[in-house]
Amino acid sequence: MAIARVVCKLGDDVSTDIIYPGRFMATVLPTETPQYAFADDKALNAKLKAGEIPPGSFIVAGKNFGCGSSREQAASCISGYGIIVIARHFARIFLQNSINVGLAMVICPTIDAAEGDELEIAEGRVWNRTSGKSFPIEALPQARQAIIDAGGLIPYTRRLLTKQV
Amino acid sequence: MGMTYIQKLLARACGEPALAVGDVVEPPVDLAMSHENGALVINQFNEIYQGTGRDSSVWDPDRIAIIFDHRVPAESSKTATNQKKIREFVAKQGIGKFHDIRGDVGGICHQILPENGYVRPGAVVVGTDSHTTTHGALGAFAFGIGATEMASVWALGHVLNVEVPATIKVVVKGRLGPGVYAKDLILAVIGKLTAEGANYRVIEFHGEEIRNMPTSGRLVLCNMSVEAGATAGVVPPDAETERYLRQEAGVTDDLDLFGPDADAVYERVIEIDAAALGPQIACPHTVDNVKPVADVRGTKVQQVVIGSCTNGRLDDLEVAARILKGKHVAAGTRMLVFPASWRIYSQALERGYLGDIIAAGAVVCNPGCGPCLGVHQGALADGETALATTNRNFKGRMGNPSAEVYLCSPAVAAASALTGVITDPRGGN
Ligand code: SF4
Repeated sequence: MAIARVVCKLGDDVSTDIIYPGRFMATVLPTETPQYAFADDKALNAKLKAGEIPPGSFIVAGKNFGCGSSREQAASCISGYGIIVIARHFARIFLQNSINVGLAMVICPTIDAAEGDELEIAEGRVWNRTSGKSFPIEALPQARQAIIDAGGLIPYTRRLLTKQV
Repeated sequence: MGMTYIQKLLARACGEPALAVGDVVEPPVDLAMSHENGALVINQFNEIYQGTGRDSSVWDPDRIAIIFDHRVPAESSKTATNQKKIREFVAKQGIGKFHDIRGDVGGICHQILPENGYVRPGAVVVGTDSHTTTHGALGAFAFGIGATEMASVWALGHVLNVEVPATIKVVVKGRLGPGVYAKDLILAVIGKLTAEGANYRVIEFHGEEIRNMPTSGRLVLCNMSVEAGATAGVVPPDAETERYLRQEAGVTDDLDLFGPDADAVYERVIEIDAAALGPQIACPHTVDNVKPVADVRGTKVQQVVIGSCTNGRLDDLEVAARILKGKHVAAGTRMLVFPASWRIYSQALERGYLGDIIAAGAVVCNPGCGPCLGVHQGALADGETALATTNRNFKGRMGNPSAEVYLCSPAVAAASALTGVITDPRGGN
């Protein structure tokens, strides 16, 4: 994976109400949800919508990223920008939704990075090229990785239905 | 080695003699619930079938429930269009457990499922709503999933890749004192565990207070278990579970009541002394920011909300009516009450609770999610403070990121509505 910058640094327990506020939940299509990503963080939302954040950039967060609602829009709205989320760990439903809809996320329990740092993901670690430190990535359980490898839960289920697995 | 309640439930559901924590299973689903987000599930479901040449029929229309609650009656044409799309799908697929916007059968999904007897002990229940944990109160393994995962369930009839979760046992010793309720208990548990303390785990409730607690209180405990990150909360079913299902939900068929093994292995055991617990409150902006009400009493509130899938049940309205009867909501404070279902609404009307609540100056809204998630009614102004019996106080939750939300029991909410400031319902303020 290429070297890219941390465009946003967030704390612990970032809820789905922060990522995708409930008032936009009537919007469901993955093609339409990105416009409301982090809608109440006006600066970040504006940067995203203006296309100022190149795909492949990183959001770095603390523990329990995506806690709260099961709304899948919280995963699809970020994935629409091609952003990769690195967190110390993720809330259960959010993690599963990310796997299912193809949001790239990395579980990195000790990650330490500031906004603007350059990161690279290689050899099972996140390398902070700015600070010179590296941090181990926690692998997903095999069964979950299989869904990612299939390209998401829709193709995975389709294969099960047509018995190609 | 003995199994916890959910371990045992999953082993039974999967036809295995035993399961260990961490085993990956694909349990058949007994009930799959969605609300308005069924519109997204339908999209994903249709996409699964694209190019397969197969007819897109759900695996079992009798095991799917769809309840309109988040935006009822529709607040926008977009929502109305989503609801219309769902109605058409329901008709085409022959889905039986459908609760439209109606005064006879409508309400919030997490009340509709229990009161109609859709959830049984031992069942595997999934819902496209994080508070699906509620149904553990009836001895089900009930957990929230996303829309795409639900589409997969509609197609296959089972959930993929479920890891048998570890269990945290919460033992509530003694009995709660007057003016202290299930809501105070679960807030205390969440404060102790923190918002991520039960991530990927089940919380199993035991102890004297739980055995004596009616199902309405157990629903509160399991509802909010997810706020500690839990996959599910559960109360092993007992005589009260049977009473509720027979008397209140009209269930007549056989029930399979079982408990955890006596030598079950728990990851952690937490003991709580019920008698020592006073009213609790979750302060902005996280549910685990829990304090005794005494610490924040006197804080001014502009809006008080009683309702939601957490505390909009008949006994909650009874507590509120008792406190409000013959008195008036403070000037400068507005009070909104939204019962959890129309059945509860009519019962509260019959018993005079709603009359007392209205006479005190509160506004009674129609059953539904309403102000809870901030999309429909009861929006807050910048800088305002709300006190609610709902389950989340995240920044922006009630529709305005510049407002603050505190969470409490119906007793604290009603007592505070009368004074306009956060108040201990036991007096002494
Ligand atoms: S009342 Fe609130 S928490 Fe409960 S289902 Fe509705 S939106 Fe969710």
